[in-house]
Amino acid sequence: MNINLTLIGQMISFTLFIWFCTKFVWPALISVMEEREKKIADGLEAADRADKDLELAKHKAGEQLREAKASAAAIVDAANKRSAQIVDEAKDKARDEGDRLLTAAQAEIEMESNRAKEELRGKVSALALAGAEKILGASIDESANSELVSKLAAEL
Amino acid sequence: MAGDSTGYIQHHLQNMAYGELPAGYERHNADGTVSVLAEDTWTLAHSSAEAADMGFWAVHLDSLGWSIGLGLIFSFLFYRVAKNATAGVPSGIQSFVELLVSFIDGVVKDIFHHKNRMIAPMGLTIFCWVFMMNLMDLVPVDWLPMAAQKISGNEHLFFKVVPTTDVNITLGMAFTVFAFMIFFSIQQKGLIGFIKELTMHPFHSGKWYIDFTILVWVNLILEVVALISKPISLGLRLFGNLYAGEMIFILFGVMLGSGLVLGTAGVFLHLGWAIFHILVITLQAFVFMVLTTVYMAMAHDVDEEH
Repeated sequence: MNINLTLIGQMISFTLFIWFCTKFVWPALISVMEEREKKIADGLEAADRADKDLELAKHKAGEQLREAKASAAAIVDAANKRSAQIVDEAKDKARDEGDRLLTAAQAEIEMESNRAKEELRGKVSALALAGAEKILGASIDESANSELVSKLAAEL
Repeated sequence: MAGDSTGYIQHHLQNMAYGELPAGYERHNADGTVSVLAEDTWTLAHSSAEAADMGFWAVHLDSLGWSIGLGLIFSFLFYRVAKNATAGVPSGIQSFVELLVSFIDGVVKDIFHHKNRMIAPMGLTIFCWVFMMNLMDLVPVDWLPMAAQKISGNEHLFFKVVPTTDVNITLGMAFTVFAFMIFFSIQQKGLIGFIKELTMHPFHSGKWYIDFTILVWVNLILEVVALISKPISLGLRLFGNLYAGEMIFILFGVMLGSGLVLGTAGVFLHLGWAIFHILVITLQAFVFMVLTTVYMAMAHDVDEEH
């Protein structure tokens, strides 16, 4: 229980340990801890920002989807209209073509019948001549009577 | 048994003192013979009386050794952690050290509002070091002294392992704190400011001739007593708590050697006291640290109003 040199020894070693801690231990630890604190704060902030970005992106995507739907609907509408138009046009064309074919056919038929008529007329005149020859018993000079024959043929 | 117990207790309460005994000093040896020293001799004290006769120029090798050893362990451990510390995910020992550092930092920031980069590390040093010195109290009282006796081969070797039960150690720390207090006071307020603080409070009449004839002296006595009582109470509080704690462990140690019934009771009492003592040693380390910080804050307070 005596007060002795131990007191002085303890004072010196205490001061040295405080000096050591102040110089080499505390600053290093505190700076590391502050650095980590800052890192964590930055990380949290980044996470917040990412959340906000995600929200924004979702919003944007929704808008784009809506726009796409609208434009798709417009395109389908236009396509429908166009197809109806094409069908109409095709109908018109077909009708026109039909009309044209009909006219052509009619013209051909007429031409055909005219030609048949001409042929028939010729044949009739020849037949008439032959009949007349038989009736008259003599040949009819075709050239002499050609005027008569052609008149007959024209009358038929 | 009674004589044995007294011897056992006294033996446990004596430090290993190394000091100078004067020429002609009569040494009472363990075997009852008396030898007279021919010349001044530096030696280990063989009894409390010899330790007392060594006076001031003696060193308690055991308490100073344990104190410096534990301080070195603390410094080395924390230095290694500080050197390898990363700002990434901390490993086991680093997170433990950081827990301590942030705890001390929080306490010091609550109490100490001035700019001084020494106060927080001082708090950490005090808390860890005093805690480690107190922790030696939880090592069963006979283990280390007996080991030391066996190793040295000296049956009567004094060996106290708890530095904080040596009043030199606790007062040494308290006086160092006191020196820092005076130093920071003068640094912050100037010598004049410091003297004014000691002489102009708490009494102040407003008339200078009354102030300078009577009140200055009254104030000085009051303030000096208040100032001196700070380190004394700081050191003696720690010493008293740990000394009493160790004394109780020693008494349980006596019980263990006094028969089956008392011995069995001693085991359980010892266990209970040790568990309770975990609280005491932590609390005392914390109190020493907090009071030191408070005193430092007082030394930095330039504000003249109390």
